[in-house]
Amino acid sequence: MKFKNKKDTEILEGDLTPMIDMTFQLIAFFMLLINFSEVDRAEEITLPKSVLATPPVERPKYQVILNLDPDGEVVFAGNGYDISTLSPVLNQEINNAGRSRDRVPAKDIAVIIRAHEDTPTGTVQRLIAKCQEEEMENFKFRVKDEAYK
Amino acid sequence: MKYEPTENEDIKLNMTSMIDIVFQLLVFFILTFKVVVQEGDYNVRMPIAAVDTESMDEPPELIRVMLRAGETGAISTIEVDDEVEVETLAGDTTAELYAQLNDYIDAKVSAGNDPESGVETEVEFDIDSNLKYRFTVQAIEAVSGKQLADGNVKKLVENIKLKDNSQQ
Repeated sequence: MKFKNKKDTEILEGDLTPMIDMTFQLIAFFMLLINFSEVDRAEEITLPKSVLATPPVERPKYQVILNLDPDGEVVFAGNGYDISTLSPVLNQEINNAGRSRDRVPAKDIAVIIRAHEDTPTGTVQRLIAKCQEEEMENFKFRVKDEAYK
Repeated sequence: MKYEPTENEDIKLNMTSMIDIVFQLLVFFILTFKVVVQEGDYNVRMPIAAVDTESMDEPPELIRVMLRAGETGAISTIEVDDEVEVETLAGDTTAELYAQLNDYIDAKVSAGNDPESGVETEVEFDIDSNLKYRFTVQAIEAVSGKQLADGNVKKLVENIKLKDNSQQ
């Protein structure tokens, strides 16, 4: 039996398509897994609507976003706090602001209050008073801007 | 040097993989698309220490606005005190009540806020603690500006304070 020597060797080319497919699948999966800035926004809070509120033109040098639900619980960085137990958290933020590049003092920290529309105003005022105890005095009431529909 | 003409081979483009990628991209962007609701701010500066207005050349004209709540936490009455008299605003509906407040502040600012005088107007809210926050925001909106017929906004008061009723 004679064997013919195959001299013409074919170049094996790998098909890259499935690999690119898998790469995209993985990217999509991990992007959905990560919650971008979700810690700053408590989705269950319904903000009051307003037409005249000015959208923030530029981000303040240092800001603290406090979400307040109707029961008086403050949601900050994904964790829930009672207003009375908020001091250590605020102090930590003041320290961070002081150590930041701009060295922002407590009175210039923008405290953004995202309160639920049914929250009693007295609760909002208790939160403001707690922030004032820590020498914070620059408050912003965040509302849903109805001008942009 | 002679070149032998080669036969033109038909280049076949494999469309399957391209459609695959297009679908991948489509699915990815559909899944990551998120409608972000536009949000705005009302600035409320509340210094801990009382501001010494006596040393100022032109202390701001202070208007106190009292927001009174009903049992349900909705707004019931609005009273305004411009240090001369206390006036209770009337309105059958909430919208009318806030429109009255808006007109009142507009009249006060237009009368006393001559640009050359440099006198600013300041509004201090005295709010019942059980008043729902959305009614407070509506009041802040009413004193902040007035929406004109042509769609523009006339700014009224920027200095807004809340009287501390947190101990109520």
